[in-house]
Amino acid sequence: MSGSSDDITPVSCTIKPPVHLQIGDAKADAAQSGVCVVDVTLPFGKPVHIKDITFKNHYTASVTVRLLRRSPGQEAPAKWCTALRDLPLMENPHTEGGSQDYCSVHRAQMQVEPDHVISVRLILRQPSSAWLTFSLEDISIFPHNPEKEVSDWLSDLTLVEQHPDLEGLTDPQTVSSSIQQMWALTEVMQTNQTTASIGRYDVDGCYDIKLLSLT
Amino acid sequence: MDDGSELSLTIAHIVQRLKGSHLHSQIERRAKECLHQPDIKLDSLKEDVRSFLKTSGWERQLQNAVYRELQVQLPPSHPAAPPEHLKEPLAYMRAAQAGWEKRVLKSLNSMSTELGVPLARMRPAAEQKELANKWNEMGTDEPDLASVRPVYAPKDFLEVLVSLRNPNHDGSEDVSVRSHWGLVQVPLNVRDIPQLRRAFSELNLTSGQLGIDDHAHIHPDLFENEYVQIGKKVVMEQDSAAAQQYSRQGCSTGLRADLWALILNSNNQPQDVMHYEQLTAGVIQHDLLVDNLIYKDVKLTASNDDYYFVFEDFLYQVLLCFSRDTAVLEHFKYNSATPPRSFIQGKGGEEECAVVYPPNGVIPFHGFSMYVAPLCFLYNEPSKLYSVFREMYIRYFFRLHSISSSPSGIVSLCLQFERLLQTHLPQLFYHLRQIGAQPLRIAFKWMVRAFSGYLSTDQLLLLWDRVLGYDSLEVVAVLAAAVFAFRAENLMEVTSLGSAEAVLADLSTLKVMPLIQIFLFATAI
Repeated sequence: MSGSSDDITPVSCTIKPPVHLQIGDAKADAAQSGVCVVDVTLPFGKPVHIKDITFKNHYTASVTVRLLRRSPGQEAPAKWCTALRDLPLMENPHTEGGSQDYCSVHRAQMQVEPDHVISVRLILRQPSSAWLTFSLEDISIFPHNPEKEVSDWLSDLTLVEQHPDLEGLTDPQTVSSSIQQMWALTEVMQTNQTTASIGRYDVDGCYDIKLLSLT
Repeated sequence: MDDGSELSLTIAHIVQRLKGSHLHSQIERRAKECLHQPDIKLDSLKEDVRSFLKTSGWERQLQNAVYRELQVQLPPSHPAAPPEHLKEPLAYMRAAQAGWEKRVLKSLNSMSTELGVPLARMRPAAEQKELANKWNEMGTDEPDLASVRPVYAPKDFLEVLVSLRNPNHDGSEDVSVRSHWGLVQVPLNVRDIPQLRRAFSELNLTSGQLGIDDHAHIHPDLFENEYVQIGKKVVMEQDSAAAQQYSRQGCSTGLRADLWALILNSNNQPQDVMHYEQLTAGVIQHDLLVDNLIYKDVKLTASNDDYYFVFEDFLYQVLLCFSRDTAVLEHFKYNSATPPRSFIQGKGGEEECAVVYPPNGVIPFHGFSMYVAPLCFLYNEPSKLYSVFREMYIRYFFRLHSISSSPSGIVSLCLQFERLLQTHLPQLFYHLRQIGAQPLRIAFKWMVRAFSGYLSTDQLLLLWDRVLGYDSLEVVAVLAAAVFAFRAENLMEVTSLGSAEAVLADLSTLKVMPLIQIFLFATAI
């Protein structure tokens, strides 16, 4: 579930142009390829623990996710592994269902731990010849931070110990207690906020209209 | 995405939507009141209040409200999806809808200019008084509407659907070779007969049906009597989900009004009556150009109809109030259409003077009043009639005139109708196509109105029972195909579009349930 990914920024990564698989001479062969590979390289020297991969589908029937992982602390070369095989993105490759939907692949769905990843390879398949092109758009990779339970700004607060000039100011205790009261009031207001509308369509009793706007 | 988090997202969504509703405050008030009762103990407060709400029927009301939310509006499928994706996931469909809306708006603008009538104006006091006095007999007034014409008719809309194309779809094959001979060229997924049989399993040949097994020749003890008894129990229980399931086999005439209101969870509370009165005041205050479209439409359709002409005054009231109802705007979150916008005259183009026109965002077209007319047989209280109609509109009818990929949307229904005919009556389809009588050109007008105004009312209500029961309009496409199958022999004889239309001109003698049942379950596949 990437509901919390709103407050996490995606990893900056390089998405390489898609490569379509062809048999023989690609230029001479007019037939469309049904397999396409998209490589996503993560920043050099900074392996990523992946939380999820989010994208918008564009007529891809299914996707396979492969990861290039480096084992931590060892000098062994990085290894490719398949994290997810043929995840269907369209209900039926020949018809629209799912063709332009948004989708997330979460780490819980993957067969291997997507940690210390240096590169991601997405293998897209579209067996139907009904479509002119297929691809994935807006690919973003969100990092997973298991250790960081406390968010950054809180830890920053404890780090930066500032002692500003407090002379002439009211006692911080009383200020904070009164602010807390106000905060509680606004909280009450917010929880009681109604979603019901009052049903007015006019503006200050006026609803004189000449033309509809076409933009 | 795991199920647990998806569920919690749905729950959060529903809680958000029910918060601040009238039901919410009512339940809260009842819970506070019950604290004074002696059987509520402090140490088991939570359980006691809960059981009080359960026994006093509020829990059931809450259940029905949650059930309604689940049926009407699902939360966005993915957090990254923008709002327009919930309206319609396919970009080219959104573009087609936007293009169509622009055409409609232009035509409305030019009508306003040609007639010299503003789109909206405040009525002078005298006029307000006059209208308020004749509120219950608006039909007697004969305004001069000769120059008013409907903004569009179903056949204009059909042309748009026929020209709809997916830009990513391979159309390189020669047109004559293409396997699809139909008019709709969009590659949507529609269910075939085996899938429909599974989806509509309650309509099979062995289960009893109102509309078949309540025929005069069949002894009522065989099915009808017991079925009606069950219906009474369902109404007593006040459970929306049970009522919906029950409606799949049909609602008896005596119980239909209650069952439909229960399915739609429109219980006509005092606040609904108040809301309706507020809308009435809106009609009296402001004069809209769309009012003329409504007048004209009622005059052209319902007033000319043998079944519905008696309801003329009801139709004006409901439709005029509907046009003022801003609560309808809510449905544009999941409707591919977007409400037209305008600016208050003389206040400049600032954002705070931007308004929606008409206030409910829906521009009526030729035949719109037929969505309301059949409901007049069920409800004689205007506010009740109104709330049931509004709920029917925001659940089903809007899909019949907006371009979308929804399985209940008009595009899917057209495609489904063509596929069913092509698959099961290929000779008939080929013949009609050869003589220039594309079946969809005949059936489209039936489907846009969900058959209202074409069938006899008892049959239409039996059809709409199933629409509500299955929460889907697919049965409308099935019936359209079944009508062609029923008239196949005659249609094979015709040699022109005119004569094909003549064969299918009168549907008022058809019995819908046997047709649907035979087409779905007694056709060789």
